[in-house]
Amino acid sequence: MMRSFRQSRARSFVLGVTFAVCAIALPACKKSTQSAADQNGPGKSRLVVGFSQIGAESSWRTAETNSIRSEADSRGIELKFSDAQGKQENQVKAITAFIAQKVDAIILAPKVETGWEPSLKAARAAGIPVILVDRGVQVADDTLYATLIASDFVAEGRMAAEWLAKKLEGKGNIVELQGTPGSAPAIDRKKGFEQGIAAYEGLKITRSQTGEFARQTGKEVMEAFLKSAPGEIDAVYAHNDDMALGAIQAIEEAGLRPGTDIIVVSIDGVRDAFDAMVAGKLNCTVECNPLLGPLAFDAVEKAVAGETLPKWTVVEDRVYDQSVAAEVIDSRKY
Amino acid sequence: MSSTLRQLIWPLAALALLLGFNAAFHPSFFHFQIHDGRLSGSIIDVLNQGAPVLLLALGMTLVIGTGGIDLSVGAIMAVAGAVAAAALREHAPVALAIAAALGAGAAAGVWNGSLVTLAGIPPIIATLILMVAGRGVAQLITHGETLLIKSDSAFNVIGRGVILGVPVPILIFLAAALGLSILVRLTALGLFIEAIGGNEQASRYAGVRVGPIRLAVYLLMGVLAAAAGLIDAADIAAADANNSGLYLELDAILAVVIGGTALTGGRFTLLGSIIGAIIIQTLSTTILSFGRNMPVELNLVIKAAVVLVVCLLQSSELRRLLTRTWRRSQ
Repeated sequence: MMRSFRQSRARSFVLGVTFAVCAIALPACKKSTQSAADQNGPGKSRLVVGFSQIGAESSWRTAETNSIRSEADSRGIELKFSDAQGKQENQVKAITAFIAQKVDAIILAPKVETGWEPSLKAARAAGIPVILVDRGVQVADDTLYATLIASDFVAEGRMAAEWLAKKLEGKGNIVELQGTPGSAPAIDRKKGFEQGIAAYEGLKITRSQTGEFARQTGKEVMEAFLKSAPGEIDAVYAHNDDMALGAIQAIEEAGLRPGTDIIVVSIDGVRDAFDAMVAGKLNCTVECNPLLGPLAFDAVEKAVAGETLPKWTVVEDRVYDQSVAAEVIDSRKY
Repeated sequence: MSSTLRQLIWPLAALALLLGFNAAFHPSFFHFQIHDGRLSGSIIDVLNQGAPVLLLALGMTLVIGTGGIDLSVGAIMAVAGAVAAAALREHAPVALAIAAALGAGAAAGVWNGSLVTLAGIPPIIATLILMVAGRGVAQLITHGETLLIKSDSAFNVIGRGVILGVPVPILIFLAAALGLSILVRLTALGLFIEAIGGNEQASRYAGVRVGPIRLAVYLLMGVLAAAAGLIDAADIAAADANNSGLYLELDAILAVVIGGTALTGGRFTLLGSIIGAIIIQTLSTTILSFGRNMPVELNLVIKAAVVLVVCLLQSSELRRLLTRTWRRSQ
């Protein structure tokens, strides 16, 4: 029906179907996993790790996959990579296959939070530790996985708020571009930001709408904000860089200077955001680091050695603003 | 003419209601300004942001007129944007990138049309195939990333440019609407489309070349969807294969239905669909302009409620029922 149907469950269905068709169209992906399985003979000496990834739906996730792959290479670990094409059931199958292949450890980026108990129990029964990356799962018994390696979205929101409070000297009207309603990063980044500005009486969120994590929608929402509250917006807080980049265009088209007339703060730290900061249009981005490879394999090696790990290994995120953007932009990997 | 007018009166009433609501609670909705030679204001935003759906609704009207449907238009948008961005990345001239994207749209339309006419697959299934696969193709082209287009590329004029103060997407839509109106009303094409939608068998016996006309309608739809995809990509200077055109096929179908074209085919009104698409976009912009302290989770509920009211307004059965009840109570 409407454009914003994308918010509904239909989205995951359609994406699922899309990826399923891709899976049919690309049998090569499947074959590579299977042939790797055949080669997995007895007498393996190096560590073998299975990695079940959700898919490649964003550049963030592609960066995460590349980080885990290259880290496995550099540590001499054999990585069995399975792309689930956006479907949980493919991930469940991948875990079953990994167990049958007697891998030493499994890295899992779970598509959704629920429905993992049988797979995780099977892995535990086979004595294979499971390391979760970037998203958590809901299980009654948290000993089913070794550790979760993920960013703290609430802290990201709080860091954005603190940077903005300092920049605005504790006074100003902020409009918020939320992520997809109901998604964990949208909920937590909103909560963290509200906590962060609570200490400043002069800071107010005057408008808050969903930009659905998309550039185009972010731009559309910002255009509406600019029309309905002309001259009353001091800053934009976007739950991801893409929406902020869309908002920047809306601000420019309204004849204002983004980064100067209206301060723009966002989260993720993708390459385009750094370009925008160097150009002076984006003021600040809080990194949400997808380069989880080193942490993931540290955890794998510890778990295989029988060490107990903390349930949540928080990925350290940091704030980047225009003052450092030009220096670090060339070292950015995603 | 009067029957056309009667057909349009309810969609027009709904639009008037929506605009009236804005006039009462949100007068700045009707403000116009000029920034750097660019006309700006909420009404302009509605048309500018609505341009992709308006283009889709035009093509969808003809497709539905033949008794068909095209679910793949959102995916074709994503493919067109991806093709253009990929071509530009390879330093192709802008004209070539645009031609390649429109060509991809035409090819997609021929594919859909062939499945419907040659293979005899019901349109809803035939186009579902491309709806599902097309986005995958777009993601393959972009390798799952957002393909950026240089911000100073002449290509972006399609989405952001201004001619005599009017945003280019609006002009593209107007040109398409004018061209199509001439095509369907000054040639026999419109008549043939309605004939096929009304009774395919009878029109075949009457000598209407059903296959080629069907194919042409899906082809036209594909090209219009590609144009919408180009606007979308040029607007944000990037091809976003995951989000471009996502669920817009549903918006387009809704616009056609709100505009008074029956899904069963046989009769269509381009003007009605245009009004329908404007209603949908006005609704979105209205909700965004009001979103002060309203939880975003309410957006869809409000939209659904308004669409329900519009559809009920159009239901002749309901109107008859209401008049009868009212008369009886007199």
